[in-house]
Amino acid sequence: MIPRVHRVRERIQEQGDSVTLVIEPTDGEWKPFESGQFNMLWAFGVGEVPISISGDPSEPGRVYHTIHDVGAATHALCSLTPGEELGVRGPFGRPWDVNAAKGRDVVLLAGGIGLAPLRPVVYEMLARRAEFGHIALLVGARTPGDLLFPDELKAWRERGDIQVETTVDRYELGWSGHVGVVTTLMPLVAGDMAQTMGFVCGPEIMMRFGARSLMDRGVSEDDIQVSLERNMQCAVEQCGHCQFGEFFVCSDGPVFRWGRVAPMVGVREL
Amino acid sequence: MTPTADPTQKRPLGGVLSVEGLDALLRQLQDRGYLVIGPIVQDGAVTYEPIASHQDLPRGTGDEQRPGMYRLRRRDDDAFFGYASAPASWKRYLFPARSPLFRAERSEGSIQVDDTPPVQPRYAFVGVRSCELAAIAIQNRVFLDSNHPDSTYAARSKDLFVVAVSCSDPAGTCFCQSMGTGPEAQAMFDLRLTELVGGSEHRFVVTPGSPAGEQVLAAVPHRPATPADVTAATEVTQRAKERMGRSMDVTDVHDLLLRNREHPRWKDVGSRCLACGNCTFACPTCFCSDSEDANELGTGAAVRTRAWASCFGLDYSSMHGGTIRTTIPGRYRQWMTHKLATWFDQFGTSGCAGCGRCITMCPVGIDITEEVKMIQESDRVKTTGEMQ
Ligand SMILES: Cc1cc2nc3c(=O)[nH]c(=O)nc-3n(C[C@H](O)[C@H](O)[C@H](O)COP(=O)(O)OP(=O)(O)OC[C@H]3O[C@@H](n4cnc5c(N)ncnc54)[C@H](O)[C@@H]3O)c2cc1C
Ligand code: SF4
Ligand code: SF4
Ligand code: FES
Repeated sequence: MIPRVHRVRERIQEQGDSVTLVIEPTDGEWKPFESGQFNMLWAFGVGEVPISISGDPSEPGRVYHTIHDVGAATHALCSLTPGEELGVRGPFGRPWDVNAAKGRDVVLLAGGIGLAPLRPVVYEMLARRAEFGHIALLVGARTPGDLLFPDELKAWRERGDIQVETTVDRYELGWSGHVGVVTTLMPLVAGDMAQTMGFVCGPEIMMRFGARSLMDRGVSEDDIQVSLERNMQCAVEQCGHCQFGEFFVCSDGPVFRWGRVAPMVGVREL
Repeated sequence: MTPTADPTQKRPLGGVLSVEGLDALLRQLQDRGYLVIGPIVQDGAVTYEPIASHQDLPRGTGDEQRPGMYRLRRRDDDAFFGYASAPASWKRYLFPARSPLFRAERSEGSIQVDDTPPVQPRYAFVGVRSCELAAIAIQNRVFLDSNHPDSTYAARSKDLFVVAVSCSDPAGTCFCQSMGTGPEAQAMFDLRLTELVGGSEHRFVVTPGSPAGEQVLAAVPHRPATPADVTAATEVTQRAKERMGRSMDVTDVHDLLLRNREHPRWKDVGSRCLACGNCTFACPTCFCSDSEDANELGTGAAVRTRAWASCFGLDYSSMHGGTIRTTIPGRYRQWMTHKLATWFDQFGTSGCAGCGRCITMCPVGIDITEEVKMIQESDRVKTTGEMQ
């Protein structure tokens, strides 16, 4: 329950009021993590919030977090500059099951800040490219100015071994890509999807539509992984806040198979 | 306290303590370095506080409990433990309403976290009821049998010495018998007392439940129990069973509640519930907490405190994107469904010990046993067509 002190090495201003912090433990004891896990980040004197790890799980020593500045704690975190310190507890949570996608086609569906928890999956899959079939990364953002990691998206697209499609909800001058919610990108992925594994991360409403659109294309509900968000205070099954039916989202999740949670997501206020 | 005493294991018959013997027991516990907590009367209620001798105990005091009502009454005898249960449970000692997690300072940009664990007293609880032991067992599962055991809870509970008391006068809101949690403690105590107040001799039949209990008892003047003492003690429990105010039918309650998440009764009870959170704070098993960050005035140090939280609070389920449980029916459903259903999935036990506190302490008298009954009845109609 006690945060470990980390120091900011680098602060990367992202688009759309977001910041990527690259941090290192001051005691030098870096902890390995898996794609989809999160840390509790503590801004001294302000508060502690759950933030996914957005870096490459095979790169030891540093921890990457991409934080959307939306409130008191995230604002304080986004305001940290290199050399400043923060507290970290974690990593916590059940990761994406990347291995379950071995030998299969993959659709990664990301909405807004939801691309941050999926970025480690992209790193992992590209590093082990031969193990997977077709990989499609479909990314939605509110406006072109909110799109996360545009340079990286471009570099991935140029590799040619991953299909990268982007869309925005609201057109702005200079945008030449798609307009519409992220599910409108689904027809761009060719072929039969019965053997596809889907990974979906974004606002809950987007995940519902995302899962629906994957299932419309033949993906089984148990082959769709989603990452849920709830209020989290302890991250260790103790504070109760993250409960969702019988689950503690902090530990039984945040990644769940859609088939397991879909009936509950449909119940209001669960 | 032995966490899992084997009730089948043969223990000595035990003994009999006089009122002076009870005092000797309290002194013995103090001499062994325990902070002895027991029932006293304070502000019109029984409450568990540090005690020195039998003179602190609520002698001759009983209680009356109904939905939304708690009142002390004068008994017509001199019983020390003749009340049913205190409104505030033992929870506040093992899991205090507020406990410091850490303090941190920042100088020249560098953060130092001081995580020295606070020194915890060794508690002896005197007068613990069977349902209260069941509740402690439930919280032990939550805090100790976890992937992340809580070290401060462990420190507070590991040396706990329990003197249980068999219930003689259950309240109108009690339903431990139907929950299988009372009225006589079967395990988890070091010593168990059954108070015999009528007749010639005011005495306590004392049964050790652990080696520690046996040692303490050996150091306290007592006489062996006669068969008549044992029979009298059994009768106390038997009478208590017959006077249990309420009951809850828990067969199938897990599945019942999970298949009735959309039941109209949630709206009905939600329209009466004030979302005050009393039930969750009074409940000896509710474990939810907030993590509160504050800044110390003057020093600028950051302090984190763990404080009881209630699933009836609007903030409880709030996220940046919005609150999950915006309505009271949604929150009442969370509370009751967690207690009686999802708790099993999470911890392999019910979250309710049948102590009745949530019923007594509810300002509008909402009764968890009644709410279960209403859903049960309509479910029966639905699934069997009965009454149609
Ligand atoms: C598993 C998980 C992973 C996440 N990953 C990311 C990520 O990679 N990047 C990102 O930008 N955001 C992420 N979030 C969302 C992020 O935690 C919230 O945006 C953040 O908590 C908002 O806090 P705030 O103080 O800035 O906002 P405010 O709206 O001011 O929130 C006030 C307070 O409410 C509480 N609160 C609000 N939302 C949450 C929440 N979801 N969980 C716990 N407490 C909350 C906190 O105590 C917070 O201090 C994630 C959330 C979860 C559950
Ligand atoms: S739910 Fe009510 S009856 Fe059950 S343990 Fe909690 S306070 Fe006691
Ligand atoms: S009933 Fe509510 S307050 Fe009590 S443990 Fe469950 S979620 Fe927490
Ligand atoms: S965040 Fe505390 S129980 Fe999950």
